[in-house]
Amino acid sequence: MFVFTSEEKNKIEKIVGRYPVKQSALLPLLTLVQRRDGYVSPEAMEAIGKELELSPAYVQSVMSFYTMYHAQPTGKYIILFCHNISCQLNGADELLKYTAKKLATDVGGTTTDKKFTLHQEECLAACCGGPMMRVNDTFYENLTREKIDQILDSLP
Amino acid sequence: MQILFKNIDMKGLANIDIYEKQGGYQSLKKAFAKKPEEIIEIVKVSGLRGRGGAGFPAGLKWSFLAKDVFPRYLACNADESEPGTCKDRELLEKNPHLLIEGIVATCYACQIETAYIYFRGEFQHASDLMDKAIEEAHKKGYLGKNIMGSGLDLDLYTHLGAGAYICGEESALLNSLEGRRGEPRLKPPFPAVEGLYGKPTVINNVETLCAVPWIVNEGGEKYAAIGTEKSKGTKLVSVSGHVKKPGNYEIVLGMPVREIIFDLAGGIRDDNQLKAFIPGGSSVPMLTADKVDVGYDYESLQEAGSMLGSGALIVMDHTVNVVEVTLRLAYFYMHESCGKCTPCREGTRWMWQILGKIQTGEGVGAQVDKLLDICDNMSFKCFCPLGDAAVGPVASSIKCFRSDYDELIKKLEGDKVAT
Repeated sequence: MFVFTSEEKNKIEKIVGRYPVKQSALLPLLTLVQRRDGYVSPEAMEAIGKELELSPAYVQSVMSFYTMYHAQPTGKYIILFCHNISCQLNGADELLKYTAKKLATDVGGTTTDKKFTLHQEECLAACCGGPMMRVNDTFYENLTREKIDQILDSLP
Repeated sequence: MQILFKNIDMKGLANIDIYEKQGGYQSLKKAFAKKPEEIIEIVKVSGLRGRGGAGFPAGLKWSFLAKDVFPRYLACNADESEPGTCKDRELLEKNPHLLIEGIVATCYACQIETAYIYFRGEFQHASDLMDKAIEEAHKKGYLGKNIMGSGLDLDLYTHLGAGAYICGEESALLNSLEGRRGEPRLKPPFPAVEGLYGKPTVINNVETLCAVPWIVNEGGEKYAAIGTEKSKGTKLVSVSGHVKKPGNYEIVLGMPVREIIFDLAGGIRDDNQLKAFIPGGSSVPMLTADKVDVGYDYESLQEAGSMLGSGALIVMDHTVNVVEVTLRLAYFYMHESCGKCTPCREGTRWMWQILGKIQTGEGVGAQVDKLLDICDNMSFKCFCPLGDAAVGPVASSIKCFRSDYDELIKKLEGDKVAT
């Protein structure tokens, strides 16, 4: 069963209060749930829908439009590895392959210990520091094999 | 000349006390001493143009707001997603109060009481910093009720997207802000008439709004005296790719591209030969090395066959495989097409497939012509500018480097015969 805690209920009320129309809070609420659970389950979609007076189907139709929402559980750390032009020009492809091999997962996959999910990502606005990746909320720039080892090995 | 990046690397600038000590929030006093329409006039005179990509004059945009229709909204576009562009992130993370100050002045000019900053979803960190800055500004009375006795009430909120390039397009941004799929809307009506929640809405890029405090402080004429005849002021340029010192640089509009690449960014890595550059983000046509003396301003770049766009200068040296780079950009547009209209949805996929075939050697002779044909069928026929953006790199790479395509195809065909 999916339930919002009373603390979350308060937070939701605050978020909804920012907008003249309740539906505007849909993306913020999806983000809220995903930050707590790592993904948004069908039960969560229903609960969000109830808060905002939207059908679960509508919630899903919006959610599925945006690539950052996950309908399935992901790893503890989500690695978004930029492969767009500025990073590509500075060797991102090779480093992405290296990272996949290091983690023994496919690009798009999750490691067997559920620690990492690895995605190739479109431009993340860190073009002057390419190659780069984002691990959860943190940007790491000017990557090398050694730096990637250091960053990923040090995560608890 | 530092307008946007003044003190940008000062420690603690994101803190309101330090920002105030540098003269921060002073423009509001000046603004509130004038009538709202006078502020619009000052910005019109300044010649400030939208720094997000379209380059539309900001003051003119504000003057299009439907008369006497309230409430009105402001949506600040912090969805920075154009490949090659990373200037707004630097402003947002290092100097959030500059943006807040610009937003307050703009809302006063346009009589707006609610404003949102739409961040791309990956900017959680910048959005958290902004929330903190907004709280500080509230405490000091720069936001909230009757700001500095001006009579202006203003609430400002951050809003996070969730990964969709298309939400940088203004009407898609509004849909996303309303809790819908980020698909673009049919125009007209333009947002100034019917925008957020069907009300008149101002949408400006982060960098545009960050220029407003200086203009209010110093006057429109002074800003208009900077730059070229038609391209006024300064511009942040994100220089990336094969340069020694990639980074965001504030330039006076009109500076030759050569100076940006070779002086500011330190020249080409390993002292290689410059082969090509994309001057304004991945959506604008690439230019060959012989165009390197073109001025970096709206008109000169257009004359040279490209655009200033978002101000992302992507530099490529002679080792680059143009087909490979174009293939990656084609993948990007295919991935980001929202699927609403057929020419874009189908066209971006075909282009990516054909480029992939060329790159892997499955393509034969007429493939390049087929690409050009698809470009023709997409240009100006898509619902929103994403379709035209997707054509930019493909058509221009063929125009500039057709021989690279032909040689690659010939070589791969030769390889096939040899095996």
